[in-house]
Amino acid sequence: MSTQLTPILTRFWDDPQSWTLATYEKHDGYRALKKALAMPPAELVQLTKDSGMRGRGGAGFPTGMKWGFLPPPDGGPRYLVVNADESEPGTCKDIPLMMAAPHLLIEGAAITSFAIGCDHAFIYLRGEVVHVYRRLLRAVEEAYAAGYLGKNIMGSGFNLDITVHAGAGAYICGEETALLDSLEGRRGQPRLKPPFPAVAGLYARPTVVNNVESIASVPSILLHGAEWFATMGTEKSTGFGIFSLSGHVAHPGQYEAPLGITLRQLLELAGGMRDPSKKLKFWTPGGSSTPMFTDQHLDVPLDFESVAAAGSMLATRALQIFDETVSVVRAVSRWTDFYAHESCGKCTPCREGTFWLKQIMDRLEHGKGTQDDIDKLLDICGNILFRSFCPLGDGATNCVTSAVQYFREEFEAGMKTPAAELFPPAASTLFAKETVSA
Amino acid sequence: MTNTDGTPNYGTVPSPDTEAYPDDVMAALLADAELIVARYPRERSALLPLLHLVQSVDGYVSPRGIELCADLLGLTGAEVSGVATFYTQFKRHPNGKYTLGVCTNTLCAIMGGDEIWASVSDYLGIGHDETTADGLVTLERIECNAACDYAPVVMANWEFFDNQTPASAKALVDDLRSGAPVTPTRGPSKVCSFKQVSRVLAGFNDGLADEGVGAGPASLAGLKVARATPATDGKAKK
Repeated sequence: MSTQLTPILTRFWDDPQSWTLATYEKHDGYRALKKALAMPPAELVQLTKDSGMRGRGGAGFPTGMKWGFLPPPDGGPRYLVVNADESEPGTCKDIPLMMAAPHLLIEGAAITSFAIGCDHAFIYLRGEVVHVYRRLLRAVEEAYAAGYLGKNIMGSGFNLDITVHAGAGAYICGEETALLDSLEGRRGQPRLKPPFPAVAGLYARPTVVNNVESIASVPSILLHGAEWFATMGTEKSTGFGIFSLSGHVAHPGQYEAPLGITLRQLLELAGGMRDPSKKLKFWTPGGSSTPMFTDQHLDVPLDFESVAAAGSMLATRALQIFDETVSVVRAVSRWTDFYAHESCGKCTPCREGTFWLKQIMDRLEHGKGTQDDIDKLLDICGNILFRSFCPLGDGATNCVTSAVQYFREEFEAGMKTPAAELFPPAASTLFAKETVSA
Repeated sequence: MTNTDGTPNYGTVPSPDTEAYPDDVMAALLADAELIVARYPRERSALLPLLHLVQSVDGYVSPRGIELCADLLGLTGAEVSGVATFYTQFKRHPNGKYTLGVCTNTLCAIMGGDEIWASVSDYLGIGHDETTADGLVTLERIECNAACDYAPVVMANWEFFDNQTPASAKALVDDLRSGAPVTPTRGPSKVCSFKQVSRVLAGFNDGLADEGVGAGPASLAGLKVARATPATDGKAKK
């Protein structure tokens, strides 16, 4: 049997001290940077365009095209800001990447900075992962000491400083313009677009904001070529990506595979459902903000186009798997709490809408819903969707509307029966399973 | 933290007044602040790390810390406070020595986070954003901390404790309170104090980066499968 997996970013994560410069150099570390510094920057942008790589942070915008949107140099500063604020529920790929292999990101950031004409790059890391911050700080120190950062890098005349910045707890800062406001020392609230960051980003200067995994993929594209990258995946969703399986699966974890792999294939690689006697009930293809799928969608190729055609979004490939012990009303109610908590308050539809969604979901979870509640939920969702500056509110509606679409009867049951009665929570826990099998 | 009348304080009551920083503390703060401000092209970008720095000294965002940030960056106290209140890691009242965060976002909650939360909250007799009377543990319900493949997850001062149970979380609390050695699943060999961790978050490396694992078992799950089977050309099967 051959494997569908393609460990590229994850290939040396099991090395002892995988995070050090010495380990990274054993695995081709900084060879791509050396190659890049001998190339014209425009060629690097073209190479990334040719690879077809689409951003790995959720929206899936082509990375090379984003770089190409920067206006011509005007003598003023241009910035690269790496979005390392990974906080989307279910998403857990960037944090292990930076913990195990921070130099992948540093090298990618150096190459990208050279390509776009930036001499000061920022990595905005969420503040709630202190050991990852230590690893990044250490990796930057090592890179300076080795001459991969700083002045006249490898004799090329290129200068680059990287500042690793810790946030302080706010999901919204994963939205690129909120992130920029936060990095400027303000409340992390999204900006109205346009202007897009490419034109007026950090300090109103041309700025590229890219996800960690996108930037960490750049060195391998450079070493092996755009064609190599594009041979993986599908025609329009090229390359590989880290798929994060969590929940009721036998071996949850990170599975790096070409885009276009299916959940059925991934589940097979991950040992199947945690309890083989329990059926898959629902799952998210790309975190809680993407419309959920059910067992009808096991064979949907996990690429941008196929997932969209099936009514959801590939986003961050955060596959949260829930088996039949789980109440979908309880799951959605908790996600709704999250969106209400994290709504930054700037736009009225999202701020007020998530508040009311929360009230109604809470009623339904406790078996106290009213006749009108399902219609009211859908009506509120319709009034949130596409009506705010950023997609946080849109994300809040997706789990609600998709859950009603696939499991309307459970919402109807919420008018009289508490979710905990229909689906006793103890049956779903990790330790419940262990107690049973012990 | 509770108010003087014993009711829980959810950050809605003004912080207690603070005295001016002693001269030596102030001198050290100013020296650190200079290093922080120097990292950025524009000084206001230093505000978040400066607030982490204030927490590393005061254990929360104190009124005197707010004034210090305002003076350093040419802002008003209200502007600094307005930023601080936006972020959940910035505390408005003295934090415990350890923040214990139980993830109760959907996936962790369903995998057992709700049961862990209930048992720890019950055991300590405190709720969200409250601190034990001995000042050692502040309990929080936290949102997704990007470790879903290790659910249910508990964070102690923002270090990972993976695959927790109610019993393991209670044991963790006991050890933190008694001062027994505690090692995160993926992190350094010990859990530093809230103030020490706040200093790291202000951008000052504490030299512990080389401790702990590179990746836990779940992070390596795919790699392990791939190593056991020959590779394909990476083309997705149609």
